[in-house]
Amino acid sequence: MKELMLGNKAVARGLYEAGVCVASSYPGTPSTETTEEAAKYDEIYCEWAPNEKVAMETAFGASRAGKRSYCAMKHVGLNVAADPLFTISYTGVNAGMVILVADDPGMHSSQNEQDSRHYAIAAKLPMLEPSDSQEALDFTKKAYEISEQFDTPVFIKMCTRVAHSQSIVETGERADVPMKEYVKDAAKYVMVPANAKKRHPIVEERTRKLIEFAETSELNRVEKGTDNKLGIITSSTCYQYVKEVFGDSVSVLKLGIINPLPEKLIKDFAASVEKLAVVEELDPIIENHCKVLGLEVTGKDVFPLIDEFSQGLVSTALGGEEKPACSAIEGLPGRPPAMCSGCPHRGLFYTLSKNKCTVFGDIGCYTLGATPPLSAIDTTECMGASISSLHGFNKARGEESEKKTVAVIGDSTFMHSGMTGLANIAYNQTNSTVIILDNSITGMTGHQQNPTTGKNLRGEPAGKIDLEALCRAMGFNRVRVVDPYDLAETDKAVKEELAAAEPSVIISRRPCALLKYVEKKPPIKVNPDKCRSCRACMQLGCPSISFKDGHAHVDNTLCFGCGVCSELCHFDAFETMEGEPVR
Amino acid sequence: MITSVMIVGVGGQGTLLASRVLGRAAMDKGYDVKVSEVHGMSQRGGSVVTYVRFGDKVNSPIIDKGGADYIISFELLEAARYTQFLKPGGTIITSTQQIDPMPVIAGNVEYPSGLLEKIKAAGAEVDAFDALSTAEEAGSAKACNIVLMGRFSKYIKDISGEEWIKAVEACVPAKFLDLNKKAFEMGLKAE
Repeated sequence: MKELMLGNKAVARGLYEAGVCVASSYPGTPSTETTEEAAKYDEIYCEWAPNEKVAMETAFGASRAGKRSYCAMKHVGLNVAADPLFTISYTGVNAGMVILVADDPGMHSSQNEQDSRHYAIAAKLPMLEPSDSQEALDFTKKAYEISEQFDTPVFIKMCTRVAHSQSIVETGERADVPMKEYVKDAAKYVMVPANAKKRHPIVEERTRKLIEFAETSELNRVEKGTDNKLGIITSSTCYQYVKEVFGDSVSVLKLGIINPLPEKLIKDFAASVEKLAVVEELDPIIENHCKVLGLEVTGKDVFPLIDEFSQGLVSTALGGEEKPACSAIEGLPGRPPAMCSGCPHRGLFYTLSKNKCTVFGDIGCYTLGATPPLSAIDTTECMGASISSLHGFNKARGEESEKKTVAVIGDSTFMHSGMTGLANIAYNQTNSTVIILDNSITGMTGHQQNPTTGKNLRGEPAGKIDLEALCRAMGFNRVRVVDPYDLAETDKAVKEELAAAEPSVIISRRPCALLKYVEKKPPIKVNPDKCRSCRACMQLGCPSISFKDGHAHVDNTLCFGCGVCSELCHFDAFETMEGEPVR
Repeated sequence: MITSVMIVGVGGQGTLLASRVLGRAAMDKGYDVKVSEVHGMSQRGGSVVTYVRFGDKVNSPIIDKGGADYIISFELLEAARYTQFLKPGGTIITSTQQIDPMPVIAGNVEYPSGLLEKIKAAGAEVDAFDALSTAEEAGSAKACNIVLMGRFSKYIKDISGEEWIKAVEACVPAKFLDLNKKAFEMGLKAE
């Protein structure tokens, strides 16, 4: 059947057709939908793990048990899972195992622009790179064959433009893959030095065989051009840009296996053309391989190392003219994303901003607390860094900073890698104040469940971790819960916990306003006769409140009725639609 | 021949559904199709853009500066922002709806005036109408995306009204079908 399908959904279809039984992932744009879509097949058990390391180890456990398994993550998630990655390369698999990693060139929704191909090289694992949805499906199935043929986990590498583009795919049937036997095999699976020393040569031999495979596999193909002046080696979405610009006029070596790279195939291709170019986003990996092979090649001398490419960029870099276009209209105001109307994080960030706190931030919707007018966040790096770096900051600056410095971290991020940082505070003792922003969901990636929500990936009842009990068990005596809609209570809690002579955890708890079960209250309005134009409410940066005709104005199509603005108004100008006081 | 369409608006306006309807209609007509979307920030009131490209064979899923034949815009400021992606003489089909972005809400700058004139001066053909009011008239402000698709359908001569409605049927829940059919018709006929 033909279907217009998202690249990530096509991967999920590939998992289904490959007979995969177990998938464990942590959400991360642009990888999330592969696991969400896989969960729609009853035949595949799917779960959200607390983090990518756990997900990869879970998938590996399932592979060892004898069933085909899968885990997915975004590029930065692979950093978290790097520890098991390098060693499961040595042990190999039992049933096939595929690891999907999704890069984000252009950083549409990421904190860095790392090139995950380096991991395949460093961990000595095969990596396949599809260039559209049909290949996403086909390569996923092929990856399981390679995994079992060569006894290795296999990477599928996506990028935003393949993961989040729809193109037409032809689907197939699910393969019947019988469960493999589990046999205890310490020499293969117990990686103590004596065993690992024997496995390493096997890995090197495997890579040699995979290079041979890459020389002739249909995953790498030469498309002969109408003349031989220019030959281009490329892969992934860049292949599509090259074809768009040049059609059949140049020869193209389209690589589907990005690690290991073939040698003879590339040399022969180079010999068949007058000039050789490599078109690849981010780092010069194919290009450097060509240079090692002694080939003269054009690459990063004309292409950028940063951002994603387009057909126009490929064309101009290789000497084409810029396309004519309508002129740009200058001086337009930007439209940055903002915390939603009714967002529970807003009241908390207002409080931190008002108390002039130094705020160590983390990864999630609440990173938007860094944007004006709240501008509340001082740092953002990676999952969990808020808590650990707060501890280091306080160790360096002592009591003076402990009185005004906090960490903010979401419920899902806390489960992912905040707990170990909190253990460090409990163990090595700084008088730090950690705020868990518990909105009962993983928000930024589009509402995935996590170990604190009491529901599994499919929304069915599941285990639920009690954050208060967890923090107390770690040795925190001061654990308190506040409602961030209640500014007075939130302010009191922040002031008291910063002043306290021991470390503390504040749980700022209210579910995300966009969750379906959260009841939206009727919108409120401004009584223009009472508004004194002091703009106190404007400090919240709420998208529903604007300043028009000399007074505040509420957009009733956006207003969530949370009433936080009314708490800031000294003149009771906010009223219900019936003209009653809001509280 | 490839037709390249950008669909732009503000997070939450339903641009994604519009791109899916267009992609579906083109696929059912037998075209090769690619639709590209960016997730992540879309629910948070940011500027959003999707690309739909169809023709005999489509390679690139994206549209860059000077590459768009048409821009369908749900909001006036966004229409102006992406005008530079249009081929000279290309057409912008835009709703005249205005949604204040954060810098305007915060009172730092004013919502720009004279945008339609500026878009024309930049070299674009403009087809502007109040898609929001049309959608409300059809029964729901949420049908704005289908109103705009109705309007756009008159530019794609080889896909018939019936084929468009089939694509809408394939992309929206059955209970909203009557509303969306009406929205499509009203978009097509709107002044």
